[in-house]
Amino acid sequence: MSTPDVMETPHIDLMSLDEIWFQVAGTVCNLTCQHCFISCSPHNHSFEFLTFEQVETTLVESVEYGVREYYFTGGEPFLNRNLVRMLKRTLDFGPATVLTNGTVLRPEWLSELRTAEEKSGFSLEFRVSVDGPTSEINDPIRGDGTFDRAIKGVALLCEHDFLPIITMTQTWDDSRNAEILQQFRGVLQKHGCHRPRLKILPRLKIGAEENRTEGYAETERITHQMMEGFDRSQLLCHHSRVVTNRGVYVCPILLEASNGAMGDLLGESLHPFPLNHGACYTCYQFGAICTNSTLRSQKSD
Amino acid sequence: MKLALFGGLYSNYLALEAAVADAQQRGVDAMFCLGDLGAFGPHPNRVFPLLRDHDISCVQGNYDDSIGHELNDCQCGYADPNDNYFAQVSYDYTLQNTSADNKAWLRSLPKELRLHVDGLRVLLCHGSPRRTNEFLWQSNTSTAFLDRLADEWATDLMVGTHSGIHWQRELRDGRRYVNVGVLGRPENDGTTNVWYAVLCTGSDAAAGALPCTANGTSVPISVNFVPVIYDHTLLAEKMQQEQLPDEFIQTVLTGWWTTCLEVLPSHERRMGRF
Repeated sequence: MSTPDVMETPHIDLMSLDEIWFQVAGTVCNLTCQHCFISCSPHNHSFEFLTFEQVETTLVESVEYGVREYYFTGGEPFLNRNLVRMLKRTLDFGPATVLTNGTVLRPEWLSELRTAEEKSGFSLEFRVSVDGPTSEINDPIRGDGTFDRAIKGVALLCEHDFLPIITMTQTWDDSRNAEILQQFRGVLQKHGCHRPRLKILPRLKIGAEENRTEGYAETERITHQMMEGFDRSQLLCHHSRVVTNRGVYVCPILLEASNGAMGDLLGESLHPFPLNHGACYTCYQFGAICTNSTLRSQKSD
Repeated sequence: MKLALFGGLYSNYLALEAAVADAQQRGVDAMFCLGDLGAFGPHPNRVFPLLRDHDISCVQGNYDDSIGHELNDCQCGYADPNDNYFAQVSYDYTLQNTSADNKAWLRSLPKELRLHVDGLRVLLCHGSPRRTNEFLWQSNTSTAFLDRLADEWATDLMVGTHSGIHWQRELRDGRRYVNVGVLGRPENDGTTNVWYAVLCTGSDAAAGALPCTANGTSVPISVNFVPVIYDHTLLAEKMQQEQLPDEFIQTVLTGWWTTCLEVLPSHERRMGRF
């Protein structure tokens, strides 16, 4: 039997509040992806939309914490009709990133955001989820016709001089990664995206994905030993919190976790978090996969 | 006080020579280098005698830490496979061609330098005060974040490099963050010159310069970003002779970055050709 010290879950402190996430569309999405780690769908209202006022209040509060950048996620953020207004306000404070499925974008929104980004000087990034370079790979996961719709959205972003980051959840063998990346670069070039930015993300075996394939084994947990000498900034929870309509959560992945809620207000959410989930193990293996990686692994601080 | 602040050298000894001559002509009181002496360019040992002969104090960059300790990579932390490929080519060449004495010297460099200049608390670092390899780009760094760093590190003037493009921002109470750019390669703007910064404080500051009022002081600060024109075609020839990648040589000859682009935020990426 292991000693109590080894069995005890390691906790991670919040180094600094570098990023604030807004769960701006709750768990509501126009798609029902088979691998969604929080099982978003048109009918999942376990988390609801944020209001403009909730976002603005948090932005103002974030200044005292010295927050560096802001992320908007869901669900599908663009289902929230206040999103454009929220993003424009956010760009008064700092850089913003939207995680979108790209299927509901409208030219008039992007024109407005293009103007707002230029006026602000801070970057407005779009991370568009497309799970492979073909409809044959993407659509079984994200739904019929979603590849074509998402690529149209990507092309629209490029027309408005944005440089979307395409994020693919990997549902193929590692040996195919180089081929997939090359194929996708070609697809993007054909659709007017001449500076393709592509990222392959690991699957998170919770939510819908747990039903599609399998969940985490009990051995897939972070241990004290694993944390020795580990660069903690690779874990999102070391430098982020998520604002939802139900309070502040530890990270955008653990919304459904029993201990994911950290407090009602930002100031109540800054305490350490126990790394006792399988998804923490994936984050440990691959780094802070949700962010644009402003912090980089380094031998030592 | 007038200080010359050089960013990453990336083995570009020709640009360093030109920058030192320019700074001397401007009558600077002292010269500093903010780290990443090697990388990208040819003959990594050639920058060291220039730094020593001109009494240029240096901060240790992530590259210097890696080369000094003979680590496996440069710790730039690129996430893209293509970026990592070129970063490794550059790193392996630099590691192989840096002398043992110079490696020992790199190991001895401090992570930061703190100066007191005309009553101002100046912090010289490589990436950010908290992390040597943290990229601070103009478009993805909020002012609130920089204010927090300035508070936590108790500094009026935070100076860094690492990202490769110069910029500055005024902070609360007239404090300042300055990214001095780099001497190692051009700034991805289609021009072949490189950049450094001249920091002028007190009576040396430009007329009308805004004062820093933090810490009970009222000291004017002005920062002049200086373009350095050097013999970039000669550098390209030397790189070719050393069989460095054509992608690197094209950057020197055209002023456009061809590699390590995925780390750029979209705002900075759009300014380039690739």
